[in-house]
Parts: sequence; C-alpha cells; structure tokens
Amino acid sequence: MNPSETFELSPEVVALGTRRSYIELGARDRARQLLDPGTFRELLGPFDRLESPWLPMQGIVPQSDDGCVVAKGAIGGKPAVAIALEGKFQGGSIGEVCGMKIATALHLARTDNEKGITTGAVLSVESGGVRLQEANMGELVLAEIYAEIVALRLHAPVIAVVAGMTGAFGGMSLATALCSHVVMTRQARLSMNGPEVIELEAGVEELDARDKPFIWSLCGGAQRFATGFADRLVEDDAAQVSAAVVDLLRQGVPEVFRTSMIDLFLSRLAALDTGRQWTPGDIRETWAKGGAR
Amino acid sequence: MTSRGRRWFEALAGSTGANPGYPGSLLAADRELGGERVAYIGLAPDPGSRFPRASHGEVGLEEGWFGAKFVRSLIAADRNGTPRPIITVVDSKSQAYGRREELAGIHLAAAAVIAAFAEARMAGHPVIALIVGRAVSGSFLTLCGQANRILAFNDPEVLVHAMYKDAAARITRRSVAELDQLGERIVPMAYDIGSFAKLGGLHRLLDVALPDAPGPATLDQVQSALVEAIAAARSGPRDLSGRLESPGARELRRASLEVRRKMTEQWSEPGA
Repeated sequence: MNPSETFELSPEVVALGTRRSYIELGARDRARQLLDPGTFRELLGPFDRLESPWLPMQGIVPQSDDGCVVAKGAIGGKPAVAIALEGKFQGGSIGEVCGMKIATALHLARTDNEKGITTGAVLSVESGGVRLQEANMGELVLAEIYAEIVALRLHAPVIAVVAGMTGAFGGMSLATALCSHVVMTRQARLSMNGPEVIELEAGVEELDARDKPFIWSLCGGAQRFATGFADRLVEDDAAQVSAAVVDLLRQGVPEVFRTSMIDLFLSRLAALDTGRQWTPGDIRETWAKGGAR
Repeated sequence: MTSRGRRWFEALAGSTGANPGYPGSLLAADRELGGERVAYIGLAPDPGSRFPRASHGEVGLEEGWFGAKFVRSLIAADRNGTPRPIITVVDSKSQAYGRREELAGIHLAAAAVIAAFAEARMAGHPVIALIVGRAVSGSFLTLCGQANRILAFNDPEVLVHAMYKDAAARITRRSVAELDQLGERIVPMAYDIGSFAKLGGLHRLLDVALPDAPGPATLDQVQSALVEAIAAARSGPRDLSGRLESPGARELRRASLEVRRKMTEQWSEPGA
C-alpha cells in the first residue's frame, strides 16, 4: 500500500522530503551551492596541498584545504567569491592557512571592485574561533580578515551565512558581525563566547552549558533574527539559503552598517537593568521599545 | 591598586581619561606629542561598572560601543584636516564572559570598535597600539588588531594570546606543562612576547626599566618610540600588509605568503 494514498501529508512534511539540507552539505558543496550553477572554480584546491604547517608538528593530521574552500564564480549572474568553512575539520577553527585564504579572497575581491569589476562575497561560517594549536597565528590572521571585510564592504556586499551546526563563535562571530548582511537558520548559533567557556569563567549560575534549549534561546538564529543581529532567518534548505544570498547581494551596500548603529545600541544598553540577569524576552522587549528615550 | 594600563595611560595622556557619560573603564583623552595632538584610549578596571562581568578591565558591551563612539568622533573631527594619531594603551584581561553580554550582542560591540579602528586607519589616522600589559583574545582583536603599528613592552607580564594557559589546557585536554613544551617548539603557541614578536606582527619591542612605574626617563623613551611609530605609520600603507611583509613573517609565515601568492595567481587565470 502506498501511504500517500491513505494519508494527507501536511505541507511541512512534504517540504522535508523535497528540501535539500544546507546544514548537511560540506564546505565544498556549500560553496558550489552558493554560486550560480556551472560557475564554481575552486582556488587553492586540495591538489595545491596548502596545509597547516603547525598541526603535524603536534601529531594532528592536517587537511589539504585546511578546512576552508574558496571558489570564484557568479551569484545572480554577477562576479562573486564564495568562502566556506568546514565545521567538521578542527571545529572550523581559524589557523594560519584557512584564515589567510579568507583574508586573501576578500582582498582580491576588493582589488577587482577597485578596478570596476563589482564582486560580492559570501562567507559561510562554521567556526569555534581561533585554532588553539595555532593560537597567535590565528589572532593575526583574524585581524587581517576583519581589515579586509571592513575594506570590501564599502564596495560590495559581504554576506555571512551561519547555518550550523557548529555556528559562529569567538573571532568568527566578530567577522560575522562586520559583514554587510547576516543570514541564519534556527539551528545556527551566533555568540562571541561559547557556553562552556562562559561557564568555566563565570560559573554555572551565570550559564549552564548543558542546558541546550536555553543556549539556543540566547544565541540561536530565531533570537538573533528577532533582535536584529541577523537580517534573514531561513529554513535549512539550500535553495532558501541561496535565494536569501542572491537577494541581499542585489540590495547592495547598506546605507548604515550594523557596526555604526552606536547611539541605538547605547540607548538600548542604557534601558536595560543590569542589576539582574536577563532573559531572551527582555532583549526583544527592550529592542522593540527602541531603547531609552 | 591602579592597573599598569591606567598608570601608563595617565602618564602618557596627562589625564585620568574620565569623560562625562562614558563608563569609568574607558579612558580617553587628547594630548600633545611630537608637536601635534594625539588621542589616547585605554581600558582599566572599574569596580563601579554597571556590568559586573566587565569590571576588571575586560572589553565588554559598553567598552566596545563607547570605544567605537570615541574613535568615530575623531574621524569626524579630523575629516577636513590632518587625521590625528590614535594610540591605544593596552592592558586588558580579555573580553567579558557573561550571559548579559551574549544576549545584548558583545560580538557586535567588539566588531563596532574594530570597524571604527579599521576605518580610522583607512582614513589616514596613524593607529598605534602600545601593549603595556595583557592583550588576550578579544582584547588583542579589538584594541591592537587594526593598528598600523603595534609596540609592546619586553616584559614577562606582557601577554598576547588566544586564551590563558589554564583554560587552553582544559579545552585542548593538555597539561600546562605540555603547553609549555609545545610553546618551545611551536612559536605561535608560546606565551612570551618575544615569541609573538617573531611572527612579524610587532613593530618594536621596548625594553622599559620598571614597567610598573612610569618615570620621567621611561616616559621619554616610550614617547620617542610612539613618535617614531607614528612617522612609520604615516609613511607606510594604510592596510595591514606591513605585517606580512616583515622579516619575521618572511621566516615564520611562509604558509601565509604562499597562500597569498598562489591565490593571487589563480584568481585571474583565464576561464575565470
């Protein structure tokens, strides 16, 4: 018996069957997904064998792309570069090679823009932050990534996609915040300090890292979108992710970057009572009121 | 006891750096140096902070947003004149770790001050970081990362790193002794400022007598180094390429240079 003849399936369930997950894609397939069909051209691919020089010195097996795929191509018919981090390799952590790949790709995109070739960038982030095995090298390349985002975003949109399941933490949460636009799924988290580190530094009464639903309510995609830290909230659907990116690239350079909304955020901070802990609802309410008046 | 960061800020800026409406942790003032006005910015512990997790000299929500406000006020003020040097006097434990911080978006507050420093540098302000104490993790990224030139005291209490040793040991499941051993072989993992200097990110290391107590002679020495760094910043590029082209980077960032060379080559290959 064919079940579909017997049961009426809800549209959500039907969609699950036809939808292609973005989260389940590896970095290379994500970059391919973000670019227009047939335009994907990988730079520094696995055959170039640019691996971390620091991991083998510590008995850790390196990866031939160092957990970062950079591909040139087109998005919505216009030149673009897609950069995707691989959360499954060293937690998407930023070491010398993968960090330098990001910074250089953004730099070359800016150079093209300065020559009159409008080139946007999309950065698919899955990262726990600095790779502790390359510690200070990670700090240096992160600074270079930030410098390139700030320079490029004046010319063309730099879109961050945070899909999960790793999320965007530490130094890469800052990179995400510097981008012109941010796309998230409900499964993704965007947060500077990981819950384990907060619990370690501030105690379990500050944050219980094992309380997963609470962690997601603090920094998951739904909360980040509701409180304006993300511009789009999409389902875990590769086509929806792509459509959001195409649309945001079309919108061009925003009039005001989120990092320039100083008075707005200062008035919001002034309106919050710091004498007690806050709930995700407190933030939504304070933001809705527009902060202190 | 006042922090090393506060003592050096006050000695250099000739002021407590207190500003009406600003949090007590954020020190900001203008002073003459080398025949021109320069702006100093620093962080110091503020036991009276509204944010308990940011009261020990951490970069928190207010430090990020007010820091961005101050730097952007300098860019606006100098738009039609000579962009004045901006000097950060760095002694900051880390970013603030707390629930309130994450809820209100400390990642964006930190990004806001980074963007302000980067845009100041791009507008021609010589941005100089003077590391007199700690510059760990988010403190390095926010207060030093975008500087044209970074100076640091050559002193055991000066620390640039991704994470403090005890926390790094726990997270990477290693002992502190193992981390020390690794640091001897793997330069980016080492905790001493001399090793950090080898990576090419520093303009100069300063051997300062009595780094805890700025006196007339050491103040003069540090001011001369700042004047030199400002001149170097003005004559150099407005991006961060100088770090990668330094002798240290040519030795220890060969992989970075190889990435840059090969990707640049492949970027404009035919068929693109």
